[in-house]
Amino acid sequence: MSALHSVTAPHPALPPLREGLERGDLDLARIRADFPILRQRVHGKPLVYLDNAASVQKPQAVIDAISDCYSDYYANIHRGVHLLSERSTVAYEGAREKVRAFLNAAHVQEIIFTRNTTESINLVASSFGGSTVKAGDEILITAMEHHSNIVPWQMLCERTGALLKVAPFTDAGELILEEYERLLDSGRVRLVAFVHLSNALGTLNPAKTLIDLAHARGIPVLVDGAQSVPHLAVDVQALDCDFYAFSSHKIYGPSGVGVLYGKKALLEAMPPYQGGGDMIRLVTFEKTEYADLPNKFEAGTPNIAGVIGLGAALDWLNTIGLDAVAAHEHALLEYATAQLSGIPGLNIMGTARDKAALVAFTLRGIHPHDIGTILDREGVAIRAGHHCAQPVMQRYGVPATARASFAVYNTRDEVDALIKALCKVKELFA
Amino acid sequence: MSDLRDLYQEVILDHNKRPRNFRIIDQATHHADGVNPLCGDRVSVFLDVQDGVIKDIAFQGAGCAISSASASLMTEALKGKSVVEVEHLFEAFHNVVTGECDCPKGLGKLGVLAGVRDYPSRVKCATLAWHAVRAALQEHQQPVATE
Repeated sequence: MSALHSVTAPHPALPPLREGLERGDLDLARIRADFPILRQRVHGKPLVYLDNAASVQKPQAVIDAISDCYSDYYANIHRGVHLLSERSTVAYEGAREKVRAFLNAAHVQEIIFTRNTTESINLVASSFGGSTVKAGDEILITAMEHHSNIVPWQMLCERTGALLKVAPFTDAGELILEEYERLLDSGRVRLVAFVHLSNALGTLNPAKTLIDLAHARGIPVLVDGAQSVPHLAVDVQALDCDFYAFSSHKIYGPSGVGVLYGKKALLEAMPPYQGGGDMIRLVTFEKTEYADLPNKFEAGTPNIAGVIGLGAALDWLNTIGLDAVAAHEHALLEYATAQLSGIPGLNIMGTARDKAALVAFTLRGIHPHDIGTILDREGVAIRAGHHCAQPVMQRYGVPATARASFAVYNTRDEVDALIKALCKVKELFA
Repeated sequence: MSDLRDLYQEVILDHNKRPRNFRIIDQATHHADGVNPLCGDRVSVFLDVQDGVIKDIAFQGAGCAISSASASLMTEALKGKSVVEVEHLFEAFHNVVTGECDCPKGLGKLGVLAGVRDYPSRVKCATLAWHAVRAALQEHQQPVATE
């Protein structure tokens, strides 16, 4: 858990896992009661939702916040002189402050709302990359990136003539730091972009170390936090990252909202990403003056109720506390890993020392799609496929994997249901 | 488990384990690749067509039990058929796996895949090899995708 500690420095150390398991720190019955969707049965079986890395379910508080916005005070923001517009603006900007506090950003203007993690990364690739990257420069990523942290950089490289460099990882799924440093030393790297928590392997990268190594060479760093923010406390000032991107829908908020954190000085120097309403100070046909941060990067009417929903999600998560969430999920991961390892022919992909929240696996002779279908009939929802990380699949020479991923509401009984369902898969394919 | 047996019938499990015509045809007159971008499954089909008749047909690739068995069963069904018959058979097969038509009449062994109609997310698996064959016969240059 060393990497987890390094990014959560101000927080107390996690309890030993077995102890955490037995203590049962969380009131799981109360937490589960907050999620109306979890009460249902699928194919006649209780729903066991283990596809949280794809998207997580929403607590009633989030559903209510969105519903309240539309039924009580919805109007467009930042422009109305009337009461509803003022109320919507206050709620929307209030959510921005909640995100700032959640990430411990220094300034609220450093929080930009986007559609999702993908758009946050595209914003940086287009605006920062487009204005600073030249032919012959290099962008450094890792071999365990999601497509959303590969393709925007490839597109930037195509536009500018820059080169995409890729830091490799070991068979266990751990980044090879010596190789990373060697690639940093080319003298041509203009930006590093890496995933904090791998959605395909569960690897928790040593973010602080990777950032420090890049900064020692004067290279700015973007962190893809899509998977990490729901599972561990992130402090962007302690990390000292230049950009941090994540999505609302993976952290108990609605889909259609993303966040880009960027250091103020960098964001101020960057040109706008999209042009339109709300991002201007003054428009004439001769010239346009752009608005200050954060509006400069929020052209057009945003997902107002969605952003307010994200704020409610963070409030809800804060009532539990990310340290308690991390301890609970890690205990689940340890339990699931031990149980899965007992199934003959099952191979876990991604065995890094620092892991969180998910386990990817294959079953000898059985394709993950078939596993997914059979598990679904047992009420167990998992992901089967390449997880938008095809290069990771290529690295291990498999077309796909099955992945069980955890959220705060998952229980040991649900891990048992997964194991039982996997035994049925083996039985059917025997 | 009983409803799962409707999908994973013995014939399907058998063709998955021991796919027929799982090879490359060196002198193929037609060839195409099919990919399912959703799951990364790939299939390559090879045909030897003489005078409008499929003299030989084979496939290679990695996929789930449904796509492997479907490809295997397809090669058995299409060997000896005319190119024109491929379209008719595909249409009948497609109608059955999408649930548009209930009766797998005239489909022969292909009818074992009828259970797919209850699993909409698996229709693409069942039809991947078929799309590849149609692309091969139309001499598409690009791999055909199910999306």
